Amino acid sequence: MLRTDNLQKTYESGDEALKGVSLSIEGSEIVSMIGPSGAGKSTFIRCINRLVEPTGGEVYLDETELRALGKRDLRKARRDIGMIFQEFNLVERLTVMENVLSGRLGYVSTWRAFRRNFPSEDIQRAYEILERVGLEDMENKRADELSGGQRQRVGIARAVIQQPKILLVDEPTSSLDPETSHKVLDLLTTVAKEDDIPVLINIHEVELALDYADRIVGLSDGELVWEGGTDELDEHARDIIYRGGESREGTGSAIEEEEAAEDRQEIDRQVPGGG
Amino acid sequence: MAADQQTWRRPTAFYNRTVKWLFYIGSVLFVGLLLSRTGVSPGRFWQGILFGIDLVGQMVPPTATETQFNRMMEMLGESVAMSMLATVLGVLISIPFGFLAAENLVPKPVYYLNRSIIMVSRSLHSLIVAIIFVKAFGLGVVAGVLTLSFKTIGYWSKLFAEDLEDIDRGQMEAIEATGGSRLHTIVYGVVPQVIPRAIGLTVYRWDINIRQSTIIGIVGAGGIGTVILAAFDKYQYQYASTILLAIVAVVMVGEAISAITRRRVE
Ligand SMILES: Nc1ncnc2c1ncn2[C@@H]1O[C@H](COP(=O)(O)OP(=O)(O)O)[C@@H](O)[C@H]1O
Ligand SMILES: [Mg+2]
Repeated sequence: MLRTDNLQKTYESGDEALKGVSLSIEGSEIVSMIGPSGAGKSTFIRCINRLVEPTGGEVYLDETELRALGKRDLRKARRDIGMIFQEFNLVERLTVMENVLSGRLGYVSTWRAFRRNFPSEDIQRAYEILERVGLEDMENKRADELSGGQRQRVGIARAVIQQPKILLVDEPTSSLDPETSHKVLDLLTTVAKEDDIPVLINIHEVELALDYADRIVGLSDGELVWEGGTDELDEHARDIIYRGGESREGTGSAIEEEEAAEDRQEIDRQVPGGG
Repeated sequence: MAADQQTWRRPTAFYNRTVKWLFYIGSVLFVGLLLSRTGVSPGRFWQGILFGIDLVGQMVPPTATETQFNRMMEMLGESVAMSMLATVLGVLISIPFGFLAAENLVPKPVYYLNRSIIMVSRSLHSLIVAIIFVKAFGLGVVAGVLTLSFKTIGYWSKLFAEDLEDIDRGQMEAIEATGGSRLHTIVYGVVPQVIPRAIGLTVYRWDINIRQSTIIGIVGAGGIGTVILAAFDKYQYQYASTILLAIVAVVMVGEAISAITRRRVE
């Protein structure tokens, strides 16, 4: 179980990215966090495993409060948190197998890591997971030879082999085309359900969130402004999340499409060659 | 502004055009002053050119007796061996310096300390370093190898550190996020990103070390330089030109090997 309590982050630049977010995720539910670009979704996810240090509040993973942990204990806690990234973040020059096995690094010594000498049960599990994500026989390919969809499959495999207590997923499909996005999300949610892992997933496109989530939370300007089931996300809810409560006539989908397109352009600029 | 303006001049890099012309005139006067101070008169200059032509005349055709030839090959071998040993030694020492001089990987004080060490290595010319090591370790290859190793540190660590500063942080973060330690992150998330450049830098430095190894013998730090100096001292100009040709050949082969290797890995 993951629970954040009044989680805050103010960047050194003075940006108040999180203004006290309290959220809990239990069982094996898939929670989708939606909200406009700049709302603080990535910051929230990265504050949970402290890739970004929160400046206030608490984060509990089961009974452990993560903010109180020292470096060594934090590393141990991170072994239980799988993370999947927007730009995949595979080690490009390493093979698929090495990338998958890197999910087990928290359990092997540096020397064994250097020699790529992983325990045989890790290797066996890696082969199993590669098969589950549809990459059988690809173990010796280098990550930079793969397509975007294949890379994110490796990303999923790397996170799942950790046997984590929760999966944190930050915009997993922003660098992918729509068809591949669906396949990757199908795979991700299936694997998570099979292994009973709860998922917190930032998604940009509301329609994708509706397709795959059990529950949706809306973040706007660093605050949780909405929470509910997928069937409750009506026009009013969207106004709250995306337009600060101001409603507009019509269906509202036109503006969302526009925003999504703008955001996608922004990502393209940030990630040359992604996709 | 002036819509009817018909002339345009490129803005000058100087403050204004008067300053520009003052700067040019000043430069010419300064060079003139230097020339007069060093006593280089047109006559002396001409004399030097004639002497140079005469010297080249005495250098052709390049010839060497069998003993001379054997000695030359032996010392060339020594130079190449020195350059290889120094590259291996220098790069091994450079690796930690490089990591510790990468701004994105270490705390600021460590970064500044290591940058300073690297700067010292870069600021001293290899001949000066060689003189110091010859004083400390006596004439011969030990001083030569140490000189080249020392110079390798400045070059290799600096460029390596710059490559480290350019790596993709995302790949590092992914390893950190799995619960990897700092060392895991370096070994798994950083090293794979910089290996090809590290190999490229090494062969390139080896190629530079070959060239350097031919000169430091002049101050007694081993290698072919010793033999060249002796040949000139004894007015054996034809032998000297043979050695020069041999050096050019060796350097060219080294450069070719290094270029091919770099193209294959980078
Ligand atoms: N490293 C950073 N330094 C300073 N400000 C940041 C940094 N990362 C994000 N921010 C700011 O924090 C806010 C939230 O950003 P982010 O979490 O990336 O939002 P989202 O993922 O919802 O688009 C934005 O205003 C952004 O400019
Ligand atoms: Mg984001």
